[in-house]
Amino acid sequence: MSININDVEHVAKLARLDLSEQEKEMFTAQLSAILKYAEKLKELDTDDVEPTTHVLHLSNVMREDEVHESLPIEKVLRNAPDEEDGQFKVPAVLE
Amino acid sequence: MTLFDLSLNEIHNRLHAKDLAVTDLVAQAFKTIGEQDDKIQAYLTLNEEGATESAKALDEKLVSGEARGLLFGLPVGVKDNIVTEGLRTTCGSQFLKNYDPIYNATVADKLRQADAVTIGKLNMDEFAMGGSNENSSFAPVRNPWNLDYVPGGSSGGSAAAVAAGEAYFTLGSDTGGSIRQPASYCGVVGLKPTYGLVSRFGLVAFASSLDQIGPLTKNVEDSAYVLQAIAGYDAKDSTSAKVDIPDYVSALSGEIKGLKIAVPSEYIGEGVDPEVKQSIMDALAVLEGLGAEWEEVSLPHTEYAVATYYLLASSEASSNLARFDGVRYGVRAENPGNLLELYHQSRSEGFGDEVKRRIMLGTYALSSGYYDAYYLKAQKVRTLIKRDFDNVFEKYDVIIGPTAPTTAFKLGSQLDDPLTMYLNDILTIPVSLAGVPAISVPCGFASGLPVGMQIIGKAFDEQTVLRVAHAFEQNTNHQQRPQL
Amino acid sequence: MSNYETVIGLEVHVELHTKSKIFCGCSTAFGAPANTHTCPVCLGHPGVLPVLNRQAVDYAMKAALAINCKIGDVSKFDRKNYFYPDSPKAYQISQFDQPIGEHGWVDIEVNGTTKRIGITRLHLEEDAGKLTHTSGGYDSLVDFNRVGTPLIEIVSEPDISSPEEARAYLEKIRAIMQYCDVSDVKMEEGSLRCDANISLRPAGQKEFGTRAELKNMNSFRGVQKGLEYEQYRQAEILDDGDKVIQETRRWDEAQGKTLSMRGKEESHDYRYFPDPDLVTLHIDQAWKDRIQASIPELPDARKARYTSEYGLPEYDAGVITSSKPLADLFEESLTYTSDAKSVANWMQGELLGYLNANNLELAAVPLTGQALGELIGLIEKGTISNKIAKTVFKEMLQSGKLPQQIVEDQGLTQISDEGAIKGIVEAVIAANPQSVEDYQAGKDKAIGFLVGQVMKQSKGKANPGMVNKLLAELLPR
Repeated sequence: MSININDVEHVAKLARLDLSEQEKEMFTAQLSAILKYAEKLKELDTDDVEPTTHVLHLSNVMREDEVHESLPIEKVLRNAPDEEDGQFKVPAVLE
Repeated sequence: MTLFDLSLNEIHNRLHAKDLAVTDLVAQAFKTIGEQDDKIQAYLTLNEEGATESAKALDEKLVSGEARGLLFGLPVGVKDNIVTEGLRTTCGSQFLKNYDPIYNATVADKLRQADAVTIGKLNMDEFAMGGSNENSSFAPVRNPWNLDYVPGGSSGGSAAAVAAGEAYFTLGSDTGGSIRQPASYCGVVGLKPTYGLVSRFGLVAFASSLDQIGPLTKNVEDSAYVLQAIAGYDAKDSTSAKVDIPDYVSALSGEIKGLKIAVPSEYIGEGVDPEVKQSIMDALAVLEGLGAEWEEVSLPHTEYAVATYYLLASSEASSNLARFDGVRYGVRAENPGNLLELYHQSRSEGFGDEVKRRIMLGTYALSSGYYDAYYLKAQKVRTLIKRDFDNVFEKYDVIIGPTAPTTAFKLGSQLDDPLTMYLNDILTIPVSLAGVPAISVPCGFASGLPVGMQIIGKAFDEQTVLRVAHAFEQNTNHQQRPQL
Repeated sequence: MSNYETVIGLEVHVELHTKSKIFCGCSTAFGAPANTHTCPVCLGHPGVLPVLNRQAVDYAMKAALAINCKIGDVSKFDRKNYFYPDSPKAYQISQFDQPIGEHGWVDIEVNGTTKRIGITRLHLEEDAGKLTHTSGGYDSLVDFNRVGTPLIEIVSEPDISSPEEARAYLEKIRAIMQYCDVSDVKMEEGSLRCDANISLRPAGQKEFGTRAELKNMNSFRGVQKGLEYEQYRQAEILDDGDKVIQETRRWDEAQGKTLSMRGKEESHDYRYFPDPDLVTLHIDQAWKDRIQASIPELPDARKARYTSEYGLPEYDAGVITSSKPLADLFEESLTYTSDAKSVANWMQGELLGYLNANNLELAAVPLTGQALGELIGLIEKGTISNKIAKTVFKEMLQSGKLPQQIVEDQGLTQISDEGAIKGIVEAVIAANPQSVEDYQAGKDKAIGFLVGQVMKQSKGKANPGMVNKLLAELLPR
């Protein structure tokens, strides 16, 4: 399966990346090569194979419903690129 | 000969004999860094003031008799994807060039509890994506053995700093080989623990199902000591294993008689540099001389590991790195016209090519219509790869092979070909996919550059891995320091 | 319009009232200053990891069992990837193909007919933060206090055939969640939210018509009104021979219409995949049994009991059991009086009248079952009249005092002493000769005036039955 420039544009949009025309071409070629290499996996019959999400078979890891102290607002906003009234500020979100 | 050439026990004894102060050790670190790090570029951020202050406080503990543990006072460098409160954490990315963490990684807390002194944050491939450190958005790290060569990656700074004596030990992270491969290239000891042994809380995620933190040290004994300090269940990490932590140091018995070693034919076959292969064969002969037995075996799905890994790791990464959106922290584009531009511009300006490439690959692999063909397929092949290891470990104690097919390569020589670069990890990636522990120990030189031997163990059997590595190290003389 | 069948499916979000968030220890309390209930985990800082709140899972299972869902043996969490400023990680931890519960149902009643609405699934996820706009409208501000509040999403089958049924379904879901005590279920605070899919098709047609997704319906009334409007809008389009466009629309309460959100959203590809930071849930029978055992009597069962045990009419039983606090009050009252019908009448008349007029929740008034039960006892005993009782009841709602206390404090005890009433009656007769004459001339209305005068003179305390009796005796016709 090869990937074309439209795919690259679509994926870039999903990933919120701007690509120059040159980058689009570069990624189209490189991703195609990688995906072509990945075609290798099709050689394997995996119909009856369970997928592995975790190598450790842990289950039911939970914590008790206890409230812990939250951060002081100074720390919450320490790295904020823009803020107002204790909140993070971004360009308007259209409703 | 510097203070860092002393063994951990020697330092411990001299500190307690008041023959040496923590301030001396910290001063040694900054002196060495000052003299040579402009060449190596292992550090992104130095904690000179904080470390000096901590050193003074620790020296007081020595006086009051409160000093405990063998890591006490040792200068440690921490890979810059491990979050340290009050110490800039960049992940080697422009996106986080000013990120001032508001909490500490669990391992950072553990180092502090062990009274190790964090002297700085170590250079790395951006977001741990890369095998050469050329993807650092600040500067490429140089291999201390030859400055024209890469130190490996992504924990290149962590490996180079140990090799160059710029820290007593360091922490790195390994997703597909990022501790072991640079350890191999730089001639130091690098351990990737079993997935789930060391808490990932505070390790900036690249591929959550693969990432593990581990030590890079001058020798195996130090590795055991550091692992002892950082291993263990953490309630903040749901994937952390509730296992008893053995005494790793006491496992270093030197005794490997009757040990059953498997050597995968895939790890010494085509694509492996003949000199590298020869070093491994010599090493196996040493182990044989110590009473171990080895046999060739097959890990038949090895050839599928790299494709599997790049699909899975990139998919997870595409989601893990989505939080870098310019809203709460990190770089925000100058004057975005609207919200969408804020996202697009901030991310496009903040991320380098390799990061973008993997986000694109992962986004594609997870996207509608392709999930089953790529992501799910890769998860299934991962099962087959893990089974390969399970099968071999039914009969053998450890698996041994080279850490990387070659020694370090020249800076810039593989930059234009991501796929070739990915194939450098072909011997470390399967181990990561299986989640089992592995160590890289120096086992010789090829063309003046270090060769690493990879010793792979059963899940949570770091003791055996360390024991074999230690026995080998005690009976060889490959632990050498580069002349800078 | 009658040529079409309406097909509605609802997606209901219910915030679970755990003390802490689903994946971190921050408080879920409503109304704190912006961003003061946040930590590195819920702010999505680099390197953080989620740890699941056990109580959230228990609540979700309880809710699922209460709406008759089957709980799978295995459940897991997935990441739903999308960028939005209220979503700090740019993915929401949700459940994709292995939700907590599937294949459930609830019964609703509309116009005396019971109908079963299927429930496709119930899954557990995390809530998002809150966005507000700055005054200029150029910027948005983000508060992450709400992010990470545990949320269940309940997806119905497209079994709902009218806006009225939709409202009844939502009210039933609310009541069940309230009885289970898993949520505050307050639409005005957002702890209960509802989106709808609605389409029309010619009567008898099998295939569904093109649907619109309806958002922003912030009250029960809004749900019904919004769907009624949308039903009308789509019918008009179809009547004109045009095609309904598949899109998301928002209900605008002020304008009373639904508006297209087209162009302001984009096609989504959420790229769900299993969250590698969380491990699988294995839910064994013992766990399911434990949760099943914790489910209290639910609204339908209570309603049935009220009709059989207390002889309440279906309608009354339905109104009272529609809200758990109301039903609890009813039962508490019955430990102080045995007259269930009176309790029901007082609750449906005076109490709900007062609450609705003042837009209050039952919890906002200090009324106890003891007070209501004893009030009815005072009427039965003749201590106060029905009319005085209404005054006393209002005072009870204000002060929370017991009725006996109010009656004593304000001297409201009914006068049933014949001698005392007779004096007043005689005085009234003497003072109103014209009315007496009218009455005796056969004008029945005049007696009402005379009774009124006696009540007025006695400040309402005279026993009305006795007043009537004495007037009849003293004014023979």
